[in-house]
Amino acid sequence: MVVQALAFYLFAIIAVISAAMVVTVRNPVHSVLFLILTFFNAAGLFVLLGAEFLAMLLVVVYVGAIAVLFMFVVMMLDINFVEMREGFLSYLPIGVLVAAVLFVELAFVGGGWVMTDAKMAAIAQPVPVGVNNVNAIGMLLYTDYAYIFQAAGLVLLTAMIGAIVLTLRHREGVRRQNISQQVQRQRAETLEIKKVPVGRGI
Amino acid sequence: MELLWDGYIQPGIWIVAKILVIVLPLLIAVAYLTYAERKVIGAMQMRKGPNVVGPFGLLQPLADGLKLFLKETVIPTSANKAVFLIAPMLTFILALVAWAVIPFGEGLVVSNLNVGILYLFAISSLGVYGIVMAGWASNSKYAFLGALRSAAQMVSYEISIGLIIISVLLTTGSLNLSDIVHAQSGGFWNWNFIYHLPMFVVFIVSILAETNRAPFDLPEAEAELVSGYNVDYSAMTFALFFLGEYANMILMSALCATLFLGGWQAPLPFLDFIPGPLWLIIKICMVLFIFLWVRATFPRYRYDQLMRLGWKIFLPLSFAWVMLVATFLVVFDKIPA
Repeated sequence: MVVQALAFYLFAIIAVISAAMVVTVRNPVHSVLFLILTFFNAAGLFVLLGAEFLAMLLVVVYVGAIAVLFMFVVMMLDINFVEMREGFLSYLPIGVLVAAVLFVELAFVGGGWVMTDAKMAAIAQPVPVGVNNVNAIGMLLYTDYAYIFQAAGLVLLTAMIGAIVLTLRHREGVRRQNISQQVQRQRAETLEIKKVPVGRGI
Repeated sequence: MELLWDGYIQPGIWIVAKILVIVLPLLIAVAYLTYAERKVIGAMQMRKGPNVVGPFGLLQPLADGLKLFLKETVIPTSANKAVFLIAPMLTFILALVAWAVIPFGEGLVVSNLNVGILYLFAISSLGVYGIVMAGWASNSKYAFLGALRSAAQMVSYEISIGLIIISVLLTTGSLNLSDIVHAQSGGFWNWNFIYHLPMFVVFIVSILAETNRAPFDLPEAEAELVSGYNVDYSAMTFALFFLGEYANMILMSALCATLFLGGWQAPLPFLDFIPGPLWLIIKICMVLFIFLWVRATFPRYRYDQLMRLGWKIFLPLSFAWVMLVATFLVVFDKIPA
């Protein structure tokens, strides 16, 4: 168990430090890289909890897809560090307000938490005996809460369609390649064979 | 003291030994893959390929390695130093850690993870960071363009690879790579590439794009981008990129062999006396030959065509296949337990 405890503290400390770095480093690209490190360590914590499936999903979805797109955008920013610091004071009240609201909410949730025997048992055994955690999650998502899961999928679909509708612009005068048209082209349409008499040309 | 030795030191040594048994042959394989590439392409273009250093040029990879080792590591003054140096290490490390879950034979695997295939998928989806970080940190427009291209390309083709993996998983009923191999036991007619033939083809093409190989090697298109994200790298930093890239090729071939070609299993039951790792190596070599063959045969894709292929053809196709497989399994009541 010593190794597990050491691993936990390693992951937890790196996660907290890199999370702090995300908001404190100047360079936004470094910030994204620290964010990725945070995700990665969170995945490590999931593995320690015995939730390998969630850990892998976290890496695949957040690190492998979302953070890549994030970085894609951030890398192309033209950053002026002086300008960035100018806004700091004017945004400070709003930032403090949001942080305070979040903190109060967390305090409420934490204050209302009571440890019961049932919860204790659930912590000790997060997954039913004899079922691996992939099956357990699948059972929850696709059997017990199938309709809610489908509804969540629909919400995401709507968001996706909305994003496409908002950003899709058909520009005039852009020549696009129509590959099926190109492939279907027959020889008769494009080639004409002519006998060229010597010395006279066409 | 007893506990320390039995509980920590002995397993620790054992794990390090297992890792070395995989990593050292892998590095040698990478070296000789470059040799094989030059020889195969040479043969296809009616040239001789490397034939000067050592018998049949067999020492050429070692000479190349030594040359890279002895060169000076140049760091551009405008580069972001930390990220610039981390990027090649990341590429190399990711190419190596993924091997932890590849089963070489019955029980011959470093870590028999029950989400092995997801682990592989996660690690291969991280590969893009090495390239993106290199391109950004070099602070050069060629490197940056190469990195952007590669990020878009790898993200696009990952989706179809993921869907293909899902359809294989549907017929296997497990995320464990050893179980996937077991599900294909008993001769080549039980291998997945027969049942998933269209997806096998799509998978081969997708791994070409995922490893940035010809005809999808746009990130390093030497005609337009000099050599893409690694223009500013020299000596060992370049060598790490190179090793990582080729180790990734071997890894993807191993994944292909495990998912579709029955992993370590013999193609005919009476050939079982030949050890499993050998079969896996033979299959990996076959897939690798396809990599080299394709490189010698096809011209480079145009970037919009590459994106079209990924998003408009492979994505719907693999989606449709997942639906088809799932429907088939439900209708004929063949869902694996």
